[in-house]
Amino acid sequence: MRYLWFSLLLLPLLLSPFPFYLTLLNFFAIAALVALSLYVLTGLGGMTSFAQAAFMGMGAYATALLTVKGGYSPWLGLLLGLGLALVLALVLGGLTVRLKGHFLPLSTIAWQVALYILAGNLVGLTGGHTGLTDLPPLVLFGLPLDSAFRYAFLSLFLLALLVLALHNLRESRLGRALLALRGDALAAASFGVDPAALRLKAFLLSGFLAGLAGFLYAHFLRFVNPTPFSLEASIKYLVMAVAGGVGAIPGVLLGAALFTGLEDWLKDLLPLLLGRQGNYETIAYGLILAAILILAPRGLWPLLARYLPRREGRLPREAPLSERPLLGGEGQVVLEAQGLRKAFGGLLAVNGVSLGLRRGEILALIGPNGAGKTTVFNLITGAIPPDAGEVRLLGRPITGLPPHRIHPLGLARTFQHPHLFPELSVLENAALGTYARTRAGFLQVLLGLHRKEEARALATAYRALKRVGLESLALEKAERLPAGQQRLLEIARALASGASVLLLDEPGAGLRAGEKRELAHLLKSLAREGYSILIVDHDMDLIMGLADRVVVMNYGEKIAEGTPKEVQKNPLVRAAYLGEVA
Amino acid sequence: MLLVENLSVRYGPLEAVRGVSFALKEGEALAVIGPNGAGKTSLLRGLLGLARAEGRVFLDGAQVPSRTPEGLLARGVVLVPEGRALFPGLSVEDNLLLGGFTRFRRRENLRPDLERVYALFPRLLERRRQPAGTLSGGEQQMLALGRALMARPRLLLLDEPSLGLAPLMVREIYRILSGLKEEGTTLLLVEQNAKVALELADRGLVMEAGEMVLSGPAAALREDPRVVEAYLGTAEEG
Amino acid sequence: MDATILGLLLLDALQNGVVYGLLALALVLVFAVTRVILVPIGELLMFAPLSLVWLQGGKLPGTLWLALALGLLWALLSRGRGSLWPLGLGALLFLLALLGLKLPLLAYPAAVLLVVYLGLATYRVFFQPMREATVLAYLIMAVGLHVAYQGLGLVFFGPEQYRPAPLLSGEVTVGLSWQGVLVLLFALSAVVALYLFFRFSLFGKALLAAAENRLGARLLGIRPEEAGMVAFAIASFLAAVSGLLLAPLINAAYFMGFMLGLKGFVAAILGGLSSYPVAFLGALLVGLFESFTSFYASAYKEALVFLLLVPALFFQSLKARAVEE
Repeated sequence: MRYLWFSLLLLPLLLSPFPFYLTLLNFFAIAALVALSLYVLTGLGGMTSFAQAAFMGMGAYATALLTVKGGYSPWLGLLLGLGLALVLALVLGGLTVRLKGHFLPLSTIAWQVALYILAGNLVGLTGGHTGLTDLPPLVLFGLPLDSAFRYAFLSLFLLALLVLALHNLRESRLGRALLALRGDALAAASFGVDPAALRLKAFLLSGFLAGLAGFLYAHFLRFVNPTPFSLEASIKYLVMAVAGGVGAIPGVLLGAALFTGLEDWLKDLLPLLLGRQGNYETIAYGLILAAILILAPRGLWPLLARYLPRREGRLPREAPLSERPLLGGEGQVVLEAQGLRKAFGGLLAVNGVSLGLRRGEILALIGPNGAGKTTVFNLITGAIPPDAGEVRLLGRPITGLPPHRIHPLGLARTFQHPHLFPELSVLENAALGTYARTRAGFLQVLLGLHRKEEARALATAYRALKRVGLESLALEKAERLPAGQQRLLEIARALASGASVLLLDEPGAGLRAGEKRELAHLLKSLAREGYSILIVDHDMDLIMGLADRVVVMNYGEKIAEGTPKEVQKNPLVRAAYLGEVA
Repeated sequence: MLLVENLSVRYGPLEAVRGVSFALKEGEALAVIGPNGAGKTSLLRGLLGLARAEGRVFLDGAQVPSRTPEGLLARGVVLVPEGRALFPGLSVEDNLLLGGFTRFRRRENLRPDLERVYALFPRLLERRRQPAGTLSGGEQQMLALGRALMARPRLLLLDEPSLGLAPLMVREIYRILSGLKEEGTTLLLVEQNAKVALELADRGLVMEAGEMVLSGPAAALREDPRVVEAYLGTAEEG
Repeated sequence: MDATILGLLLLDALQNGVVYGLLALALVLVFAVTRVILVPIGELLMFAPLSLVWLQGGKLPGTLWLALALGLLWALLSRGRGSLWPLGLGALLFLLALLGLKLPLLAYPAAVLLVVYLGLATYRVFFQPMREATVLAYLIMAVGLHVAYQGLGLVFFGPEQYRPAPLLSGEVTVGLSWQGVLVLLFALSAVVALYLFFRFSLFGKALLAAAENRLGARLLGIRPEEAGMVAFAIASFLAAVSGLLLAPLINAAYFMGFMLGLKGFVAAILGGLSSYPVAFLGALLVGLFESFTSFYASAYKEALVFLLLVPALFFQSLKARAVEE
């Protein structure tokens, strides 16, 4: 199905009598590449860049300088251009991927403008605003690509190739992880994703694609000057991607196609309308962007995609990934916290709390609102570092490690509000759990070498779904599930990771009685198999019927510990919950 | 004064409140109690229009179909939210004055009310110029309450006023609430601390997992063992 | 570099710096209250002097029609009594503009009102409908509007530079004209006025409250939309008057606003988009940096100013956490 994109190569043949449209076709292919770079960065990675044109410029100027001033082969120019684009992405990204959402785009604006000014002013190097001319044509298999017709084959071929590669990306552990990351860095970290590292890699890939587009641009026009690499140009590409629908490959391509045509039409129309010369298309871009953001924020493609036949997914048939043995021997303490202490400003949220979880046990952590249970939970799972105290997993210290490093050691957590990813299917959501167990990197994924591992990962996820009873919904979109099943899906994700210590944050919240019974049933059977489970919850009926042992907290301290019956009778516990005698 | 019929509040697929109904007479105090996660806060949010809700709400006999905090404020309904929603960078006095903002815009004089609040809460008078963010938990709760009083509420909604406060402070706050009740302010209290709330209230409503499981006169609920069960559960095998 | 040149550079830095400072304050205020990063503030700044030049030349500027058109949309989006404001203000604006054609002195307030009206309408039409959007979505919208407004600036005013007559002519000393003094005085009084407004007026405090805690403000009857309007009005006013005062000194052209706005923005970033004093001081720093780099490497001064952003963002990143909640 996806190989159908290569049919784009028929277009030059169809359009060969119209040289004007052949030129447009090339512009489309180049714009589409930049749009694809935004698909990776924004559609998958959730980051916005106003500097894609600057990356293009890097690719274009590098090859222009090398070929015109140095007389080297354009292919060397390609290497240099891509290299420079990657370096720029590394520097830009390295500085800003850690910042809160809007700082990245702000810094891209600054860089874009700075580079544009430099390109215009370093006249000796870049030829200033007049630019560099007479770039040599690319020569492929002895044939010079000096006409729009010939060039179109190259640009469209590269486009189709990259579309394929990005399809591979989307349907891989990396694609899923990026989508998870864009919404929810904490959830992604909880199944092993290193947020800053992954974001940076996405940024690099995006810069690479835009740099490649710049290279193609340079050798198509055989002329470079700063104008096509300005902030306005970056915004044009952003509008293309956003208007078409930045979340899907067909969406960004649609946007590129529409706007390439539109731009040309506007260039002719607007000066006529306004009665004088000039480039007024930017007005249209700005207004269209504004309209899209208000009226159709997800772009045009999702509106069209509704009418297309749905692709039937396939259930996995491979053998699952190799089993991970459950941690700990019989009765051994698998998870231990000692003397945990955490203060926020002046408030001591957790004061010297210790607990131990044994293999095959269900331990509940309860306490009134504000008691500090969630903080303890976050301290153990690595979401925040403790001020004092230790956490050990099977004797191995994990205190203060970030979540994405604790998870591969065998610990998985769920969240109070299910952190699921609605655009992914149920199966894909569960497959997110296998992130830490699989290894394919960007290069392998783009080249499509990850298929076997991917199939096995999906099979593992499917098996986890079976374990919790959701296998019949595997191909549904996760957003359709009711609350109870969303919880089960989160548990399936944890099981798919092979973790043996499960930390569940309010798994009963929002569930009806019947759903809670099912949940309790599942958790008990998991405990019998050897999973060790720590639950934080408020629902006493659920907890008391489920837990083997209970730890009660109040005002940041542990006030009681024991079996459910013991704890219920404990006067300190009663006072804590029902109120003290005032 | 307040009649709630079949209120349900949902956040996406999660149903936080399911079909809760109750009535509140003028001058009465109703305590909504229950364990955490029971949906008490969601009930208030749905009532005020801060969360999507279904069901009908009647204020003074007239239905209020689309509720907003601003609209209800104009009718004398004031919420003291959980977490207090104070303005930490502004001074105590500024926070209080802002409580009377809508009245200020109607050209009313806020001074007398300010004096009254300071009389009720001498500690706030001491700290009138300090930024609200530097106050202790109990003082912040007092400030939140004082701020609400500046709007001259007819119906005061309180979300967990005793949260995070030491017992002595809780007593203090409830003493003041009792005084307000005597002056005729209608109170709707959401509380996790059942004892204290039921001592103040005329009637109580117990919520569990989004539903109303018990209701009746506060005195009766105080003795009812089912209330204990709602909080601590029954140790039966599930 | 001798004392005279140093003095000139410092004066130049001060003159530019205070304008960047006003823009920075406006940006921080708007961001704090509405979470919008007002990228088009530069265009608003330039529209004032350009519209003035048109009015003084006896022609109605295109910006007037833009403002009125958006004002109409504003009126349509508001229902019932809400549309009185845009319609009334719009009528006043139109009247003032017509009068401004005949009476040159009235052209000044007309230009200011035009930009303020445009700013209010921009908020109401483009940003307010984006309820509860992310900062990023607002930013994209803001950038889109910047591009559209700048393009419209080209349509309305053409690519030429204009030099409106200064309000005060002549020089105080070498390097500092009376107009420059006016700029400084305005900046000073604006800062003082803002300070007084936020410190002593309950309306000012209500605005700060809306910025500090949206829920708390709503519960007290402070509508976020109103707060947003006031913030945009203040920002547009600052931009308009700064533009009018600055234009006789640096000329006015459709593309210049963006650069000015961006420098104010660098300063605002230095303040983390949250601290007013740091933003203002940062702006003076930007002015200083720009003066000196323009002395040594004039062509690249703007590129270098943007590269100032790098340490600013780096500094912010040290404060941020690696894993966001």
